[in-house]
Amino acid sequence: MQQKYYIFIGVLILAVLAGIFAYPNHFNKGVDFLNHKLSWTLPHFPEKPYILGLDLQGGVSLVYQADLGTVTDKSAAMSGLRDVIERRVNMFGVSEPVVQIQGTDRLTVELPGVTDVQQAIQMIGQTPYLEFDEERAAEETKQILDVIKQVQAAEAAKQDITKIKDWQLALQNPYFKPTDLTGKYLTKATIVFDQTTYKPQIQLQFNDAGAQIFADITARNIKKPLAIFLDGASIIDTNGDGKIDNQDLYAPIVQDKITGGKAVITGDMSSQTANSIASRLNSGALPVKIGSPISQETVGPTLGSVSLQKSLLAGIYGLLAVVIFMVVFYRFPGLLASLALVIYVALTLAIFKLIPVTLTLAGIGGFILSIGMAVDANILIFARMKEEIKSGKGLSQAIDEGFKRAWPSIRDSNFNSLIVCAILFFVATSFIKGFAFTLALGIIVSLFSAIFITRIFLMVFVGKWAEKAKWIL
Amino acid sequence: MQFNFTKYSIIYYIFSGLLIIATIVSLSMFGLKFGIEFAGGSNMEVNFQKTPSNDAIQSALKSFNLGEITVQPTGSSGAILQFKGVDEATHQQILAALNKVNPTIEKSFQYIGPSIGQELRNKTELAIALALVAITLYIAFAFRKVSKPVSSWKYGITSLIALFHDVLVPIGIFSILGKLYNVEITIPIVAALLTILGFSVHDTIVIFDRIRENILRRGMGQFEDTVNWSLTQTLGRSISTVLTVEFVLVSLYFLGGETLKYFALTLIIGITSGAYSSIFIASPLLVSWYKWSLKKEQKGR
Repeated sequence: MQQKYYIFIGVLILAVLAGIFAYPNHFNKGVDFLNHKLSWTLPHFPEKPYILGLDLQGGVSLVYQADLGTVTDKSAAMSGLRDVIERRVNMFGVSEPVVQIQGTDRLTVELPGVTDVQQAIQMIGQTPYLEFDEERAAEETKQILDVIKQVQAAEAAKQDITKIKDWQLALQNPYFKPTDLTGKYLTKATIVFDQTTYKPQIQLQFNDAGAQIFADITARNIKKPLAIFLDGASIIDTNGDGKIDNQDLYAPIVQDKITGGKAVITGDMSSQTANSIASRLNSGALPVKIGSPISQETVGPTLGSVSLQKSLLAGIYGLLAVVIFMVVFYRFPGLLASLALVIYVALTLAIFKLIPVTLTLAGIGGFILSIGMAVDANILIFARMKEEIKSGKGLSQAIDEGFKRAWPSIRDSNFNSLIVCAILFFVATSFIKGFAFTLALGIIVSLFSAIFITRIFLMVFVGKWAEKAKWIL
Repeated sequence: MQFNFTKYSIIYYIFSGLLIIATIVSLSMFGLKFGIEFAGGSNMEVNFQKTPSNDAIQSALKSFNLGEITVQPTGSSGAILQFKGVDEATHQQILAALNKVNPTIEKSFQYIGPSIGQELRNKTELAIALALVAITLYIAFAFRKVSKPVSSWKYGITSLIALFHDVLVPIGIFSILGKLYNVEITIPIVAALLTILGFSVHDTIVIFDRIRENILRRGMGQFEDTVNWSLTQTLGRSISTVLTVEFVLVSLYFLGGETLKYFALTLIIGITSGAYSSIFIASPLLVSWYKWSLKKEQKGR
C-alpha cells in the first residue's frame, strides 16, 4: 500500500514542474536571489515563450487567391508561390512570418507586428522577377566599391550622402550587372539525373527569343560566372548560413557558348538543393498571379495585449469562483478537487508551451470554458460518493463505488464533446479550429486531473480519521 | 425524498413550445444579422480622441461610396464601423478622412471578400449537420443495451429534441438582440452554438445514464417513478455543474473583452437552457412517450 504515496509524490513533482514551466518568472527570480545571497550557481528553469496568435500580439493576416489559370501542375505552382512569398516577407524583416497553402489555390500570409500593411500588400502582390546577371569588369567593380565606402563613411558621420559623386552606384551589386535575359524568356526548369554519376542536374529551356539572348551572353562570358537572382536576391543559400542575402550568389560558370536555348546546370548538389533551385527558376518563369488579398485582418498591437489581459483576468476570477464553490459545496473532497483543478491549469498551460499551441482569443476562450467544465467529473463522482455514504457504506468503499459508478456517465458525455470538437476541428475555419483544439485538449487533461489525480489525493488524505468526521465529506 | 418532476409535464411542454414559437416568429420577422465574416465587407475598429457624431462620420465617408455605413460606439471614445469591402489603399484613405474629423487610432481592420463569406457559411452548415448526426448516432450507440421498457432509439430522439430546443433558444434571443442592438452572428457565436450541442447532450446523458442504471436495479415496473427518482438523484449534480460553468462564463462576459462577450452570452443562454431541457423536456418526454405507446398497446388488445 506504499505504492499510493509514490504515485502521490510523482503527481506533485509533475504538477510543480508543469507550474514552473508554465510560469517560470518567479522561480527564476528566486534562483537569482539565492545565487546572489549564497553565491550558489543554481541553473535557471528554461524559459519558453507562449506562441500568441495575431489577434493577441497584433499584426496582419492576409488570404490570397492564386490565379492558376492553365497551370497543369497546380501543387508545384502553389509551393513555388509560397516559397517566393516567404522569401519576400523574410526580406521585409518580419520576425516570424507564416506562409501557408490552404486547399488547392489559397495562400494565407501572417505577418506579426507589421503596421505598414499597405507596403506589405504591395510587396507580396508583385509578380516574381527572375534575372540572369553577368560579371562586371574589374574597374567597374572597383568604382562601385569605392562609392560604397564613401557612402558608408558619410552615413557614419551623418553627412548628406547625395553630395557624393555617383552615389546611386552604391545601391548596385558591385560584382554583377543585369543582362537582358529575364524570367519571361525561360520556358521551364526541370531536374534530370546524370546518366553515369546519377547526380542531379538542372535543365533550362529558353524560348526562341531567349535562346538568342542566352547565346550572346554565353558567348561573351565563357569561363565566367552567370548569376541568377529572384526578386533581387540569390535563388539559393550558397554559403549555408541559413539566410539568403547579398552574400549568397548562385552563379554557374559558363563552359561554352550555348545555342539552341537548352542549358544544363551541373555541380555537386543534393537533390533537395536542386529541387529548390528548379522550383525558384520556375516561379520566375511562370509567375503565378495573386492580385490583392480576398480577406485581410489587421489587429493593432494595443488591442491584442488588452484582449489578452482581459481574458486572462476573466479566467483567474472564474477559477477562483469555481474553487470557492467547490470548497463550500463539497468541503474536503471539494478542496482536493480544487487542488486538482489548479494542477489541471498548470498542466494544460505547460502543454500549450510544449506542443506548442498558437494561442488565440478563441483558444483562450475554449480553455477558460474548460476550467468550468473540468470539475464536472469530480462533481459526478462526489455526488455519487455522498449517496453511497448515505446508504450506509464504509468510507473507502464509498469512494471506490463513487468512481466506479460515475465512470459511464463521465465517459459518454466527454466522448460526445470530443466528437463535436473533432468535427469542428476538421470542418471549420481557423478561429473555430483554435477553439476546438484547446477545448479538446482541456477535456482530455481534465479527465486525467479529475479522475486520476483526485483519486490519488483522496486515497492519501482520507484515512481512518475521516470515519469519525464524516461531515466534512 | 423524491420530487415528482413529471407531474407537471404539460406545463413544461407549453412553456418550451411558446419559447420555440417565439423564436420562429422572431426569426421570420427579424431574421438574423450576420457578421461580415459571413456576409463579406469591412469592419474597422477605431478609437477617437473624442467620438464625433454619427452624422459627422457618415458625411466624412460619403465620397467613398461605401454603401450602408453602420457606426457602433464602443467604450468611452471608440467605435466600430462597418461598410462594404474595400482594398488597402481605400482603407488608408478612409482612415485619413476620419483623422480629419477627429484624431483617430485604428485598433483593428478586417476585410472579408464575398467568396470567403459564402464558403464560411457552407462550412458552418456542414459542421452543424455533421455534429447533429454524430451526436444522435452516439447516443443510440451508448444506450444500445437498454431496450426495455423504452427502446434505445427513443433516448436518442428525445435528446435530439432537447438539443434543438437548446440551440433554438439562443438563436431566437440573438435574432431579437440583432434587431434591438445590432448584435451580429459572428464566428465566435457559431463556435459557442456548436459547443452547446456538445454540452446540452452532456447533461441529458448523465440523467439518462441514471435512468438506465435504475432500470437495471429496480426492474422495469413503474417507469415514471424510476425517471423521477433518477432526476431527484442527479439534481444536485445538475445544479453544481451548471453553476461552475456559469461562473467562468459570467466572469468572461463581464471581464473578457469585446470579442468574447457575446461568445460567453451565447453559452450562458444555451447551457442554462440545456440544464432546463434535460430535466424538464427530455426526461418527461421519455415518460410521455412510454405512456402513449402503453395506451396504444392496450387499445390494440
